[in-house]
Order: sequence, then structure tokens, then C-alpha cells
Amino acid sequence: MDWLNLVILPAIRVIIMIFVLLTGAAYLTWYERKLISRFQIRYGPNRAGIYGLLQPAADGIKAIFKEEIIPNHVDKVIYLMGPALALIPAIVIWAVIPIAKETPAIADVNIGFLWILAIAGVESYGLILAGWSSNNNYSLLGALRSSAQMISYELPMGVFLASVLMLAGSFSLVELVQNPRPWWEWIWLWAMFPFFFICILAETNRAPFDLPETENELVAGYQTEYGGMKFSLFMIAEYINMITTSTIMATIFFGGWKLPFGILQNVVILGPFVLLAKVLVLLFLFVWVRASIGRPRYDQLMSFTWKFLLPLSLVYMFITALLTIQFK
Amino acid sequence: MAIDYLPLLILVIIAIGFGAIAVIGPSLLGPSRQNKQKLEPYESGMIPFADARRRFPIKYYMVAMLFLLFDIEVLFLYPWAVTLRELRWQAFAPMGFFLILLVFGFLYEWKKGALRWED
Repeated sequence: MDWLNLVILPAIRVIIMIFVLLTGAAYLTWYERKLISRFQIRYGPNRAGIYGLLQPAADGIKAIFKEEIIPNHVDKVIYLMGPALALIPAIVIWAVIPIAKETPAIADVNIGFLWILAIAGVESYGLILAGWSSNNNYSLLGALRSSAQMISYELPMGVFLASVLMLAGSFSLVELVQNPRPWWEWIWLWAMFPFFFICILAETNRAPFDLPETENELVAGYQTEYGGMKFSLFMIAEYINMITTSTIMATIFFGGWKLPFGILQNVVILGPFVLLAKVLVLLFLFVWVRASIGRPRYDQLMSFTWKFLLPLSLVYMFITALLTIQFK
Repeated sequence: MAIDYLPLLILVIIAIGFGAIAVIGPSLLGPSRQNKQKLEPYESGMIPFADARRRFPIKYYMVAMLFLLFDIEVLFLYPWAVTLRELRWQAFAPMGFFLILLVFGFLYEWKKGALRWED
């Protein structure tokens, strides 16, 4: 009995979660391609299934049955570890995110925030190992760029999250959603949202901060020497990261699985759908930004975080500390 | 309770297994018709003239170093931020002092040009 509760049930939950995440990532590619094509006044995928809904399945099958090539000049073990190391943290980070009332995805531990920060720190290893082991000039430069960018934007993001922790007074994401907040706290958090969103865009290597993969200078950045399923794993990891970060933002800034003003608070089954709606809106933001804004230069990208976002986040945290002491 | 963390361990193990299968599995499924051209490094159709293991700008190293310094300081902020409610000014004063030192260090490195990307 103990065995069943302790190992089998969590394992089933984990497998369901991985399945949902992979399907979500696959359909996010469809969502993005459809939206991007609408922004550019064209149809997008519309041949495989109605509205092109079978396109992700077709892409997946194609990727799995591609010829696997491991070039001669690469460092084989690390080269193969790269895509796996990009994918594993993207899945693992999901464990602590609450998806319905008092229900985190996998484990209800009181260190939710620390877990997210720790795993987010591991994410850049996959990219840098992939770029280094490929032994290709494009890959190396792409990996250097992406790791420098990711660690630089992690700092203001970390300080912003410290401010969130201050207001929440707990490391638990479940408590963060559950505890009621006064109105000034919401407004103060929303004032930070645009800057946090910029950090997230850079963290996930999304446009307009996709400088590691600028096609016209670096081909595909750290992914240049990868093909078939190994390339797809990087893509899947990126799209899962988009879903993850959107969910984290929905949880921190927009009340997670809760409807505003405590409407239908006790209908537990509604939680995941409310969360999904919020996540879809945030994902739309990702795509909208990609369709509308061009890339900055790399030096602009770096000085923006070090000379603007980091000082701003420190000032924000200072004021948050004063507010917390005064009103909490 | 340590037992609360068991699902996390299960998750990590299953995720690692899944990652391994996803990397190794497809090579058993696809065709294998390899030739010399396919196995060469990709350099936009040019014949590769040098290994990629060579020197690259020290700026990246600089960024990594500054990141380490700041990230450790950010780590100190988390426990402080969570307990600020209970400790109030008692916790605010020492951290304020620490942050002032941090800001002076930051301004120094800024003025020294460590944050300048183009030279």
C-alpha cells in the first residue's frame, strides 16, 4: 500500500505530465505558426487535418524517422548529452507549479521558488555543452552568446523574484496563489510585469532576443550541427520553457488557477482551465512580440540588462522592502 | 518531511530516462546512408579551414565572472526576503548596509568599463 502511494502514483502523475507537456509543446508550434502567419497575412499550416491541426503530429513523425547524423569532428558523448540536458530541466521544473486549488503538478513542497530558480540555472548547461562539443564556429559563438545572455538576464529576474518573495512571505507557490493580496500589491506587481517579461524573453532565447540563433550570421547558433530528433529536442525544450515561464508568470502576476474577485472559488475542476486560458494569453504575447519587434544588437542587449534592468530591479526591491515593512 | 521530496526524485529519474531514450531511440529507427560530406562540419558550404577550438573574446569570461559575484549576492537575498515580514527593521538595516556596498561595487565596475561591450 505504501509502495503504491509513494512510488507508483507519483510515477503515473509524472508520465501524464510529460505527455501533456510534449503535446502542449507540439501544439504550441502550431499555435505560433498559425498566429505568425495571420500577423503576416497568410494562412499558415492548413493541409494536414482541419486548420492544420495534424501538422505537429506530422512534424513529430518526420523528426523521429530522420537519419541520425553524428559528424566526425564532434565530442560524441557531450554532443549527445546536449539535447537531453536541454530537455530534462524543462520537464523537471514543472514539479512545483500549482495547477488547481492546493494541487501542484507533482509535489507539494514548501520550496517551490527555490526549485524553479535552481532548475532554471541548470538550463543553460545543455546549450553551452551542445555548442562546445559541436566543434563548429557557428555553434561555439551561438552557445557563448546564449549563455552570456541567459546568465545576464537571470540577475534582474532573480532580484525581481526576491521582491515577489518579500510580498508573499513564503517560498511556496501554492501559498502565493492562495493568500489574498491587497489591491496596492497587485498594482505594484503589475508595474514590474513588463520588465519581468523582457527578462523571460531573454531567458528563453525568444525573439527579439534570439541572437544566439540569428540565421544570417550564425545559421542556427548552438544547434547548427544537430539534425533530426536531436534538433527537435532543442525545439521541444524551448517551447516547453515558453509554456513553463508563461505559467510561472500567470501564477505570480495573475493569480494562477483563480478567477478574479473570488468567483467560483470552490470549483476545483475549473482551476486548470482558468490557468490554461491565462497561459494562452501570455503565449500570445510571446508570439505578438516575435511578429512585431526586430532584434537589437548584441551590445545593446547586454548593456540593457546590466545598465538598466539590474539597477532598476535593485531599486524596485528596495521600495518593495519598505512597503513590506510598512504595510504587511 | 523528507518523504515529501520523493516525487521530485521520481520525476528527475523518469525525466532523465526519457531524455536518454529520446536521444538514442531515433537512431535505431531512421535510415543510415552516411557519406563524407554529411559528416563534415557545416560552414555554409565552404571547406572548413580551422578547428573551432580557438580563442574567443574575453568579454564572455568577464560576464560570467560578474554574474557569479552578483548571483551569490542574489542568493543571500532570498532567505532575507522571506523572513522580512517577521524581522522588519532588524533585518532591513544589515541588508541595507550590504546592498550599499554592493551598489558601490557595481558603480565601480561600471566606471571601470567592465560593462562596456564594444571597444
